[in-house]
Amino acid sequence: MATRVGMEVSIAAAEAIKQANVDVVAAYPITPQTHIVEHLSELVNNGELDAEFIPVESEHSAMSVCTGSSAVGARSFTCTASQGLALMSEIVYITASLRLPILMLLANRTLSSPLSIWNDHSDVMSVRDCGWIQVFVENGQEVYDHVFLGYRIAEDHNCLLPFMVNLDGFVLTHVIEPVELLDQEIVDRYLPPYQPLYTLHPDHPVTMGAFATPALYTETKKAQAEALTDAMPTILKGWQEFGELTGRYYHPVEQYQTEDAKIVLVTQGSLGETASIAIDTLREKGEPVGLVKIRLWRPFPFEEFREAVAGAELVVVMDRAISYGGPGGPLASEVRSALYPQAEHPRVVNFIAGIAGRDVAPDDFVQMIRQARERPGEWYEIYGVRE
Amino acid sequence: MDKNLDRLGVYASRLVSQKEYFVPGHRACQGCAEALALRLVAKALGRNNVVASATGCMEIVSSPLPLTSWNVPWIHVAFENAAAVASGIEAGLKVLMRKGRIPYKRITVMAMAGDGGTSDIGLQALSGAMERGHDFVYVCFDNEAYMNTGIQRSSSTPFGASTTTSPAGTVVPGQTTWKKNMPEIAAAHNIPYVATACSSYPFDLMEKVKKAAEIEGPAYVHILSVCPTGWRLPPQLAIHAGRLAVETGMFPLYEVEHGRYRLTVDLTELRPIEEYLKIQGRFRHLTPEMIELIQQRVQEDYEKLKKKVRMTNEEQA
Amino acid sequence: MAKPENEITWKELNVGCVIDEPGNAASYRTGDWRSQRPVYNKDRCIRCGTCYVFCPDMAIKILADGYIEHDLYYCKGCGICAEECPTEAITMVDEEE
Repeated sequence: MATRVGMEVSIAAAEAIKQANVDVVAAYPITPQTHIVEHLSELVNNGELDAEFIPVESEHSAMSVCTGSSAVGARSFTCTASQGLALMSEIVYITASLRLPILMLLANRTLSSPLSIWNDHSDVMSVRDCGWIQVFVENGQEVYDHVFLGYRIAEDHNCLLPFMVNLDGFVLTHVIEPVELLDQEIVDRYLPPYQPLYTLHPDHPVTMGAFATPALYTETKKAQAEALTDAMPTILKGWQEFGELTGRYYHPVEQYQTEDAKIVLVTQGSLGETASIAIDTLREKGEPVGLVKIRLWRPFPFEEFREAVAGAELVVVMDRAISYGGPGGPLASEVRSALYPQAEHPRVVNFIAGIAGRDVAPDDFVQMIRQARERPGEWYEIYGVRE
Repeated sequence: MDKNLDRLGVYASRLVSQKEYFVPGHRACQGCAEALALRLVAKALGRNNVVASATGCMEIVSSPLPLTSWNVPWIHVAFENAAAVASGIEAGLKVLMRKGRIPYKRITVMAMAGDGGTSDIGLQALSGAMERGHDFVYVCFDNEAYMNTGIQRSSSTPFGASTTTSPAGTVVPGQTTWKKNMPEIAAAHNIPYVATACSSYPFDLMEKVKKAAEIEGPAYVHILSVCPTGWRLPPQLAIHAGRLAVETGMFPLYEVEHGRYRLTVDLTELRPIEEYLKIQGRFRHLTPEMIELIQQRVQEDYEKLKKKVRMTNEEQA
Repeated sequence: MAKPENEITWKELNVGCVIDEPGNAASYRTGDWRSQRPVYNKDRCIRCGTCYVFCPDMAIKILADGYIEHDLYYCKGCGICAEECPTEAITMVDEEE
């Protein structure tokens, strides 16, 4: 019987890693990921998780260790945030092109400077093009579930790509939420042991990470690009089968009251739940508003997104990162790209909010929608900044 | 020319296995003593060896997609993380065998990098791996500069050497700092085995590498790799230059086993350093004063090393 | 046997660009590089194997009877074998056109 427990989301994440029978954990502490790593080391030292816990000397080494262990066929895990992600980013790109199914929980935290330990999406946006599968989760349950989903999808031979789960730092990591823990038997049924395609072993020597010249490099990147877009069916299948086992179904794009919506709000991550309260408030007043939450960030779900906003006249995109010198925020950029091929597309307005832990309340969403409605044109604005 | 018949133990070469784990067709320069060192290391470690390589000469010459010179499993990830990748390989193999997912087998995990990838950009990952005590062999192929990118200086470049980023100019005469002592840094981590080697002494090298693999825990082997291209000497003198490096005391061959120092080539007298310096174009600009400075320093360092040998062996007596 | 790099299509690449033919670099003819070649005088050879040990390109083979043979497919003409041979049984001569 699945048990429903109130627990800190970081602890739930670590428990999921334990249940997923992870072989190697390599991580470097950084706020707000610390509780995940601390609990994992307790599980290992108390004999509850049979894994090698490698207390690396930097995040760059954390991802490097995972690259080595995944290459020999060990299910490998790391987690980080902000500066740690930036430091390991060199290797993040490499693990995707080496096609190693590593799972990373990214406790989203803003990038310096100034230094801040608080939550926004500037860290994940800095590796947008790294080639990993990237999803955003909204609550503790989703964090827990996506550990199993992540490995299952990543390790599928039709996929073989590393998997990044974005969870908002502090907002999720340090908060106690109700999480339904799965029976180990269900987990084992869903997630079989990792069967690598290639491994480093003397019985069948292979060379990984060769260099390529201009004559061949284009082909290697085409292969990698196709691999990521081709991962979509495996991702959908992974979610489908998980839903059949647990009753919880996940989708590339989650929709809330979009059926007849003329104005659609777009969010990513935990603020989606807050936004839905704003949607309810506005709906009570008879306003035809809806909410689209982008769960699958890479590969970007172009078709599902276009379907979700079909019929909308105005799309209000809430970004939590700034593309300096660019067109506002990365999410809005991608939304516009997704809509551009359509003969008719809605007006897109971009708010950048929730920077480095600035609170965004339901009323803030109401204000954003109102401002977007009243002020014509396409523009972006940093919401709530003190002038 | 001293052919060192006695030192080679002539005919010992015939006992070396003819199996190559690093195959010909690699793109190293003519006379590359680093490729030779790598060949010998691969022979010493044999079939049951998994290699994690940093970016560098040996990585580039051995892995041009779709070709590979490697007959053992090999992975290259980046420049500064050979020790970290090797840590992951070691941990992965350990846990997979413990959990019964792969059969138990004694497999050596080897990390390899150049002097740049070890004493500069790779120092942190190496230090971390040594501190954590992974059971692996780290081999530093020291050709005393960033050779692969065009002979730029590293912290392993010897004093006075002319490189492309420490050129012998009219104001500053080449490298102005002394070679970073990586074997001592490794020894300071209290790992069970540290050794220096040179491809001019092939049996000494292979024995040390074998010992490094057999000892449990981190082992560090620092191999002076003569680079005719970067050091500006004719390729056929590669082995001769390595011998002179050892015989002049510039690069002493020793090992540190559980803290106990031992010179494996123990010289009663050192050849004058000038014999080593004058055959290399990278030292061509040295003034007599600089040569004297180098001679003094080499003498001092050799004395210090001999003192360590005495001290650490007295304690054991 | 690998295709030349400028003929490989993206679908022919292994996942992760893994090379699963160990040692296939042996097909690459580095012998084209040399400007001088070794000449072996068997009469002077004492079958010590020194040249074999010191060849960076594994281009010397020790035969069953202990004498050696240069592999000119790979030999880059570096001259180390000639330099190190204790009896000068190997000499380097200019490579013919």
